[in-house]
Amino acid sequence: MKRYDLIVVGAGPAGLSASIEAAKRGLKVVVFDENSKPGGQLFKQIHKFFGSKEHKAKIRGFKIGEELLLDAAEAGVEVVLNAIVIGLFEEKEVTVKIEDKIYHFKADSVIIATGASENMVTFDGWTLPGVIGAGAAQTMMNLHGIMPGKKILMLGSGNVGLVVSYQLLQAGCEVVAICDASPRVGGYGVHASKVARCGVPFYMSNTIIKAEGTECVTGVTIGEVDSTWKIIPGTEKHFDVDTICLAVGLSPMSQLANMAGCDMEDNPKKAGLVPIVDEYGETSVAGIFAAGDVSGIEEASSAMIEGRITGIAVAYRLGFIDKQELEDKAKELEVALLSLRQGMFAPENRGKKIDKTEEGCDISENLLKKGYIAEEEIVRFPGFTRSNGTHPVIECTQNIPCNPCQDACSKKCIKIGDNITSLPSIDETKICSGCGQCVASCSGQAIFLVNEEYEVGYASITMPYEFLPLPIIGDKGVALDRSGHEVCEAEVVSIKTAPVFDKTNLLTIKVPIEMVDKARFFSAKADHRNEVKNGK
Amino acid sequence: MVNDRSRDIGEFVPAPDDDMIICRCEEITKGEIRSAVHDGMYTLTDIRRFLRTGMGLCQGQTCAKLVKGIVSRELGVSPADLEPATARAPMRPIEMKVMANDLNEEVAKHE
Amino acid sequence: MRIQEHPILGEPQKGRLIEFTHDGNAMQGFEGEPIAVALRAAGVMAHRHTKKYDKPRGIFCAIGRCTDCVMVVNGKANVRTCITSLEEGMTVETQYGVSAKKPENVPENKSESMSEDMSEIMPENKPENIPEKEGTV
Repeated sequence: MKRYDLIVVGAGPAGLSASIEAAKRGLKVVVFDENSKPGGQLFKQIHKFFGSKEHKAKIRGFKIGEELLLDAAEAGVEVVLNAIVIGLFEEKEVTVKIEDKIYHFKADSVIIATGASENMVTFDGWTLPGVIGAGAAQTMMNLHGIMPGKKILMLGSGNVGLVVSYQLLQAGCEVVAICDASPRVGGYGVHASKVARCGVPFYMSNTIIKAEGTECVTGVTIGEVDSTWKIIPGTEKHFDVDTICLAVGLSPMSQLANMAGCDMEDNPKKAGLVPIVDEYGETSVAGIFAAGDVSGIEEASSAMIEGRITGIAVAYRLGFIDKQELEDKAKELEVALLSLRQGMFAPENRGKKIDKTEEGCDISENLLKKGYIAEEEIVRFPGFTRSNGTHPVIECTQNIPCNPCQDACSKKCIKIGDNITSLPSIDETKICSGCGQCVASCSGQAIFLVNEEYEVGYASITMPYEFLPLPIIGDKGVALDRSGHEVCEAEVVSIKTAPVFDKTNLLTIKVPIEMVDKARFFSAKADHRNEVKNGK
Repeated sequence: MVNDRSRDIGEFVPAPDDDMIICRCEEITKGEIRSAVHDGMYTLTDIRRFLRTGMGLCQGQTCAKLVKGIVSRELGVSPADLEPATARAPMRPIEMKVMANDLNEEVAKHE
Repeated sequence: MRIQEHPILGEPQKGRLIEFTHDGNAMQGFEGEPIAVALRAAGVMAHRHTKKYDKPRGIFCAIGRCTDCVMVVNGKANVRTCITSLEEGMTVETQYGVSAKKPENVPENKSESMSEDMSEIMPENKPENIPEKEGTV
């Protein structure tokens, strides 16, 4: 039986962060992960993260994963993959299946960082091949390079449903619709807008009635639900699809904590059954800790900070550091964690209906019902201004802790301030240089550069563009509005790619001047489906 | 008290979605689960032993929350009031021969 | 339906192209990728048929947790194809119940199919092969 100071179950963001902090302070740490690759869900995330610089904002998920792995290797953390922890006992003994043997390990402390599993929703035909979880779609596209299907219906409008829908578009799939039984879009407005402007319709208050097909999915029927979740007759809509993607929430995978005898609670604010932990992540069983999604569903940024706090707490518990260091470090990290837990989507606001932003602007109702901001609503927000010459237009309308745009502007045009959930506003006394850094650095792709004086009768609009094939100068096509409808002809006048933009290309189109507040996306073809040039 | 079997939860009323598969591995339907509650299975551990929901190849990874919702609704309680089915090792499906490898080593040690 | 070039991830990194068989048909895939990925790229959707109701199942979770994608690989049943790497010359077969043998017809009664499968796996468990024990009631 091998002994360690610390055993961590799960090599995701929380587990790795915890092991790095502990190993840096001298502990002998081992991390077991049942998968063949570490990093948990991080390597499937190809979008730029939110938050501020300390939260790794503006960096794509998989890059954060790579950094974590390097740090872990440097700190001397032992990571064992394909190692399934099949039992955790109160005496901090762990049984692990590696290849085809069972090994026993003992530690002075254990951190459970097993993350979450996807929720299920049933409907007629849900077991047909072609019905997959959103995580499965990500695994197929982003880890293995295949499209999950050609035509997809997404069920679920939380962040996972919205982000995966966008990723499906990037992979060359057609997302025929996003539907959700809830009346309001559950994820960030900016994630919804990215998808809506590509032409994906949202059907809120709709659920799946039936998935059709005998050997696999060939179609789907959805219908509107009333306040008792019953289908309203006559509201049925049919789509031809080969794939149905389920993104209906995550639940903590906390059975190990339950098995070890930790006190558990079924807490809706944490999204399920979680071990009860103190501010350092320690459960009711001395020496057993929990960090990350397993102690409450949030996201990777908070999981990493929770992991770090727990790793340091373990170091103190085993006598490797003194109480002062624990309190100082923990305090610093708690401030970082708290700043992430603010704003409209904070865990404590789960389930609450918020009508106004912190600044007092009415929240866009259209964004919540249809996935895009209506034109008459956009003028309410501080990111919308008019100016001579090129100037940014920021369509960021919900309080989310995020501020890369402020740092991106070398001319200091964009202001957020110390409270990073504040909506970005434009300082009209500063002159915009038109560099486009703000457009590329916005993780929500909500910033546009507008020039109403581009040419007589024409305005130019610069937008973030992350699809293939990249348009070239001179390409003629159509401009789409925020809802994905074609509004006018458009011509590509510039396409900028730079390493600092990190794969967010800047596409500039010219449109008739009266379309300047409408045009927000470009399609090279009249039938606006973005397809990756695929061979067979 | 959830386990109080003298509580009257009413008769089993068939519903149009009784044929919906809930436990994918063992192919157990919603109707079978609801009717098991009326047969006296008031806890998730009872349901698991009676019907084999959660005892198939995936060991309940997929159906656990669904079963919890169905049983709690049938009993007229909140899902949070139901104790989860007993969690014990092995947390993931393990082939018997893997367990035996461990035993063989132990035996070899003593021979 | 393989992605040739991805706007963020570029070209997918793959091993060398190798041959394998699916239900006797010659197929190609990349060494080291999950068997399920090679099958999906070839348009295969149903990996198995369930024991009780003979229903098709395929990839669902893609991370080895739901066990719906299991197939008979190199003669061994219940292999999770979404997390098992493709190797040269692998024989992959659609799984029916717990074996690769397609049932003649779907039995009405579940227990009938159960004993059929069991006796296939362990002939010594067939009722006629179990010796009578002394003192058995």
